[in-house]
Amino acid sequence: MGSKYAVELRNVVKQFITPEGGEIAAVDHVTMQIRNGEFFSMLGSSGCGKTTSLRMIAGFEWPTEGEVYIDGEPQGHKPPFLRPVNTVFQSYALFQHMTVQENVAFGLEMERVEKAEIERRVGEALEMVKLSGMQRRRPKQLSGGQQQRVALARALVKRPKVLLLDEPLGALDLKLRKEMQLELKSLQQEVGITFIYVTHDQEEALTMSDRIAVMSHGKVLQIGPSVEIYERPTSRFVADFIGESNFLDGRVKSVKGDQAIVNVPAWGEELTGIVTSKVRAGDEVAVSIRPEKIRLAEKQGIKENSLQGVVVNSTYIGSDTHVYLDVRGQRIKVWEQNRISTLDPRAYYRNGQKVWVMLLPENTLVLPKD
Amino acid sequence: MLRRLREDKSIQGTFLITPTLVFMVGLLIIPLILTTIVSFGHRSADGGVIYAFSFDNYLRLIGYSTQCDNGASVCFDPLYAQIMWRSFSLAFNTTVLVILLAYPLAYFIARAHPIRRNTFLFLVLIPLWTNFVIRVYAWMMLLRKEGVINIVFGWIAGMLHIPFTPLEMLYTPGAVLVGMVYEFLPFMILPIYTSLEKIDNSLYEAAADLGANPFRTFLRVTLPLSMPGVVAGTILVFIPVMGTFIVSDLLGGRQVILVGNLIQRQFLDARDPTFGSAASLILMVLTLIVTYFYTRKFGFGEEIVV
Amino acid sequence: MNPHRRSPFILIATILVYFFLYAPIFVLVIYSFNSSRANVQFDGFISSYGDLQIVNGDVTQSPCGPFHWFCELSKNREVINAAKNTLTIAFTATIISTIVGTMAALALQRYDFKLKAFSQVSLYIPIVIPEIVMGIGILTLFSQLFSLLNNWLNLAGDARMTMGLFTVILSHIAFMIPFVTLVVQARLQGFDKSYEEAAMDLGANEWTTFQRVTFPMILPGVLSGALLAFTLSLDDFVITFFTNGPGSTTLPIYVYGLLRRIITPQVNALSTVWISIVFIAVLLLQWIQSREK
Repeated sequence: MGSKYAVELRNVVKQFITPEGGEIAAVDHVTMQIRNGEFFSMLGSSGCGKTTSLRMIAGFEWPTEGEVYIDGEPQGHKPPFLRPVNTVFQSYALFQHMTVQENVAFGLEMERVEKAEIERRVGEALEMVKLSGMQRRRPKQLSGGQQQRVALARALVKRPKVLLLDEPLGALDLKLRKEMQLELKSLQQEVGITFIYVTHDQEEALTMSDRIAVMSHGKVLQIGPSVEIYERPTSRFVADFIGESNFLDGRVKSVKGDQAIVNVPAWGEELTGIVTSKVRAGDEVAVSIRPEKIRLAEKQGIKENSLQGVVVNSTYIGSDTHVYLDVRGQRIKVWEQNRISTLDPRAYYRNGQKVWVMLLPENTLVLPKD
Repeated sequence: MLRRLREDKSIQGTFLITPTLVFMVGLLIIPLILTTIVSFGHRSADGGVIYAFSFDNYLRLIGYSTQCDNGASVCFDPLYAQIMWRSFSLAFNTTVLVILLAYPLAYFIARAHPIRRNTFLFLVLIPLWTNFVIRVYAWMMLLRKEGVINIVFGWIAGMLHIPFTPLEMLYTPGAVLVGMVYEFLPFMILPIYTSLEKIDNSLYEAAADLGANPFRTFLRVTLPLSMPGVVAGTILVFIPVMGTFIVSDLLGGRQVILVGNLIQRQFLDARDPTFGSAASLILMVLTLIVTYFYTRKFGFGEEIVV
Repeated sequence: MNPHRRSPFILIATILVYFFLYAPIFVLVIYSFNSSRANVQFDGFISSYGDLQIVNGDVTQSPCGPFHWFCELSKNREVINAAKNTLTIAFTATIISTIVGTMAALALQRYDFKLKAFSQVSLYIPIVIPEIVMGIGILTLFSQLFSLLNNWLNLAGDARMTMGLFTVILSHIAFMIPFVTLVVQARLQGFDKSYEEAAMDLGANEWTTFQRVTFPMILPGVLSGALLAFTLSLDDFVITFFTNGPGSTTLPIYVYGLLRRIITPQVNALSTVWISIVFIAVLLLQWIQSREK
């Protein structure tokens, strides 16, 4: 391996010309390092620049500014066919005029690999994606999931340094998608190739990735392992985009180590929470608490971050009960796990019931306002 | 009764297809049958038809004769076979040339910005709206001894100080070929464009991603996927060229006689409709055979409708 | 530089092919201002206005100046009649074949009936059989039919039935129907039946469904079918050649007849007028399209 990083983007900018003649930056000064052998996801809603970033790694687009490095080598204006990466397309982009065998063999023929070798490697690749025996079929004769596997085999058979996947599971139904997520993850561990995976589905990203880059409006907001992204978001946007959260506006009173005391004017109270990024006394901040991390009780348990509220709505959804509360004029949502099996309605929260809401300081995050 | 008509899908379908069938049977199928009948008849003194069942016209077409110069009892005059062969090879050459010219243009339009595509397509259609005959006439003006091409060549020769005598281009087989290519070029561009336009951009990207350079991408992906368009275009060009007579009439003069000219003269100048009918039936059978084998090999292009 | 750039070969080939398509038309237009009556070579433009003056076969002065041949053309009754005929044929045949062809497309795509396979195959006849074969077939049919009827009804002189506008229009319709049908069929194929089902589910009967849902959705197909039919009718020579009769001469037939005898700049002037109309029509169409967006 030539470099510590399989792929590196340094200060990459990609501008497009809009039909009206203006310019928009689809990717705006993005820097990220993707390590060898990792499963890396780029996560964001449509138009956030994740697909454009992927296409610049593949070579379908060239950066307006900055540089893409693959295995330590600057790629410049190298065309896709000279780059040691392969792509699984969102639409699969299978060649309809070729059989499954011919599709998978295509890339090896381009490398002028020997015939017998091609035969062997195509067989292996198809076996790996559990499509042995389908060699002579045409893509049109296969189901969506099978076509997806052909696209995967076609890219993997080239043994690329990096495999780029552009929302490859987007067209599959939920059940198949879940299956494929696990399969892709174990496949990646088996072959040891770096995967760069683009998705807008946060659950998918959390399930599969070693690390995730959350993107918005052409910028990278945070890069880190799934746990870090979910438990220690560094911005309000990330906390909101990944999972659900309650947000309260406030102003920082004081910071001590990684803890801050925040004054929340809506309540006239002070809350203590964890600081995940640079905030100073006097800053306007958003206080974020995940709904499953709020404790409800009939009596006040702790003194800090503890308030009284009224149940407005309570919805039983099987594993959890979603409780919506009015806490001094603020709407707060709480997910309570149903740990005890019972039919007794008194075991669940009722509308109008008064409860104590406890926002434990270790579960409370103080985030800069976007 | 009305209710039954509303509910019966078969009656509705029959109602919708009937006018078309009337036209197809009345003006295409019955005339073909009539032509067949006439082809077995004789010519009357005033250029009419005497119905009979004789193969004389067909024997004449293959040049069968019992009065031979060399004393043999039966011999064949290849005159008409030569005309057939000339038409066939002209149609073949025209088609090949037209494909070579049409493909890059169709490719260009298909990959142009969608906003500009319509304009480029209109530019292909406009010559068609100027009418077939006017287009041939334009080439008469260009190819004549005193025509524009010779004038331009003269200028160039003059600039290079080379002696130049105007070329005789009109009334040659080459003139007929150029005229045919010009006439039928749009009919190849449109279907090839249609099939190229259907190719998703991601397929080109996939090929490049898998290591194919632009040339190999073209050979392995673009070309095979656009074959339906080429097939449709070939049908739209080859068949009409086989039966056209004005281009050869106006640009080939008496030099280039094609099946079309042969048939047309039987109906107007020589006035033997029975022989003309036989010749046109042979022409039809030949084109059907060629089309059959061609489409069996490459499939019938649905791009035939542009 | 970007990865989407086209190869210079394609660009050069494109420019050359467009040049090949338009150079002859350009020359045709230039020659319509030729001062030479014989129109064999270009002797320059007619430069001055005034009474007609001809020197050595060159028109040196004309009341219409450089537009001499256009004026001559406008006095030519035959040309005006031929132009009228051409447009009458093209418009009538386009309208009828569009209606009939669309009906057939609906029948073939949405209904089952006897003779369906036969109908579909018969549509390919004009495509796979050379026009001249069909032309002489129709000529034979009409001439036999008319002589039969003329004898039977004892018609003589001017009362005799002959080929004319009517036969040309009928033949054009027969040739254009298949193209319209195939275009509309292609459109119907890509059109999900569930739209129609949704309309019926919402309470529309078959006719309302057709009017409000099916027709608007296939309209682009119908229009491009009509455009194709119109193009083929205007461009046609062979079918018209064999089916026209006295009084139904079209412009192409007139020009062909002229070209076999003499060449005059009048033909160029006629072409120029024709091409100008086509260009203006296309520009108008483009303008309307761009305004709709």
